[in-house]
Amino acid sequence: MTWFPQSISGRVYAAILLILAPAPFVFEWINQPFYLDLLSRALILAIAVVSLNLILGFGGMISLGHAAYIGIGAYAVGIPSYYDYYNGWLHLALALSVSASFALITGAISLRTKGVYFIMITMAFSQMAYFTFLSLEEYGADDGLVIYSRSEFPQWLTMDGGTSLYYWIFALLLLSLFFTHRLVHSRFGRVIVGSKFNEQRMQALGFNTYRYRLVCYVISAMICSLAGMLLGNFTGFISPDMIGWARSGELIFMVIIGGAGTFFGPLVGTIVYILLEEFLSLITVYWHLIFGIMLVALVLFGKGGIHGWLSRLDRKGAGHD
Amino acid sequence: MTEHLLKIHNLNKHFGGIVATDRINLAVEKGLIHAIIGPNGAGKTTLLAQLSGQIKPDSGEIEFDGQRITGYGMARRARAGLARSFQITSVVMPMTLLQNVMLAVQGGSGHSFRFWAPVSNDSAMKAAAMASLAEVGLDDRANRIAANVSHGEQRQLEVAMALAMKPRMLLLDEPMAGMGKEEGAMMVKILKRLKGDMTILLVEHDMDAVFSLADQLSVLVNGHIIATDTVENIRINDEVQRAYLGDGHA
Ligand SMILES: Nc1ncnc2c1ncn2[C@@H]1O[C@H](COP(=O)(O)OP(=O)(O)OP(=O)(O)O)[C@@H](O)[C@H]1O
Ligand SMILES: [Mg+2]
Repeated sequence: MTWFPQSISGRVYAAILLILAPAPFVFEWINQPFYLDLLSRALILAIAVVSLNLILGFGGMISLGHAAYIGIGAYAVGIPSYYDYYNGWLHLALALSVSASFALITGAISLRTKGVYFIMITMAFSQMAYFTFLSLEEYGADDGLVIYSRSEFPQWLTMDGGTSLYYWIFALLLLSLFFTHRLVHSRFGRVIVGSKFNEQRMQALGFNTYRYRLVCYVISAMICSLAGMLLGNFTGFISPDMIGWARSGELIFMVIIGGAGTFFGPLVGTIVYILLEEFLSLITVYWHLIFGIMLVALVLFGKGGIHGWLSRLDRKGAGHD
Repeated sequence: MTEHLLKIHNLNKHFGGIVATDRINLAVEKGLIHAIIGPNGAGKTTLLAQLSGQIKPDSGEIEFDGQRITGYGMARRARAGLARSFQITSVVMPMTLLQNVMLAVQGGSGHSFRFWAPVSNDSAMKAAAMASLAEVGLDDRANRIAANVSHGEQRQLEVAMALAMKPRMLLLDEPMAGMGKEEGAMMVKILKRLKGDMTILLVEHDMDAVFSLADQLSVLVNGHIIATDTVENIRINDEVQRAYLGDGHA
């Protein structure tokens, strides 16, 4: 391995990171603050998608309730702020601990099931969270809650201003990518990946697959709650709408578009999804229809998503997997 | 004095109307190869599945190394030292042979709640896995994807994985199933090398292999063990001849 990526996919991903790194300054220079907003939102979702990819792509656990953890992260900012507690560390600690607890309890039950049942039960739990937030009259119920000020951190870590928040997002995204990469290649990760392909064999090798999966599910939920915490700060407004099951479905699409079970796929999938959504809606009012057809085509014919397509280009040149 | 590593007491299992396991009593002596033979559908795989914890028996007890393991799940029995290979190859197909065997090493060496260090840098684990691959003659194919090697090689991989767990006993379900003559001979050689060090419960259809490997032999018919004896005595047992060996095998 050299410092410069040899494969086409590697080069594309390196290029994307190189473009993302100075983005706020570029957008400021060309005087397009709207693009910074768009990109910030995309990268926040990318963190959620990276976390979903950990269980869905690498672990084969298809959760249709992951948006619940975005909601938990966002309310972990919104509710304390409502009482004038703006301390960012508090928000962070709340997001991580509440999401971990919710994931531990719901995961312990969901992971007893397989396949379609797992999909349905994760969706049911996220709907439970949805209706709970919906019933919180004190915090605006379905009208949502305005957050008047961003989470407070020491000066050098401040979230105030679009650029600072962008780098918070970018840094947490890189961290979650790096963390996933380490995790998947560790002993723990091998067990998770092995269980996706052949759970019976993994048990015959002595692995209590249920426990490993549960821990993986909790880790994924905690990463996802970071996305929620950032989203609450970014929009300055939270509502139960953030966590409906359709939101969770979008996250799954983003994973699949980019390439499930790959490291950079989720990031690329999210950016492509958000950009398509944005620009199709500018071009035509029928954009939902066109978007839908494109998604169906991609799922049917785009084996392995964008990453799969890029690595097929690679294989044409070389002969390596 | 003989020491029995595995004891089965009065094991029963039925699927609807089919009696798959019928009052089985069996004790496997430590360090021996104990073979189980019997016609198709006799209940051999079902017996191994109950021993490995994949299927729960209706009644009866299983004792391993003085421990009652009847209530243990599959993973816990494996950790207790009871390793199984499957009649129908069951490996992690998209992984390489080396990665498969490394998983087995990992399974046999404590918990895997280790989240940070990359497995690929773990030279001790790699060495252990390579040793198991070498034992079955697959070390030159270590980096091939399991799905892409021959059927015989996948069968060898099954055995390598069982060995890599450093078990105290092997449950082998027709390790030679579907193998060619040469591959079969290779497998016999592999198992012969283990003889004396490892306790093995071997289910196998290939009579030549069984007669050349086994110390003890049990004959299973319709879920019931009709005879357990040394290989020599089974060969001359009339009842066994009638029930099983008669139809062109011996
Ligand atoms: N899960 C199951 N459900 C219902 N019946 C089963 C099940 N598993 C096995 N059986 C039946 O139990 C009997 C014993 O099957 P088993 O697979 O244990 O036989 P076997 O001795 O391993 O045969 P073979 O030599 O063909 O591998 C057969 O009649 C089989 O059809
Ligand atoms: Mg069988």
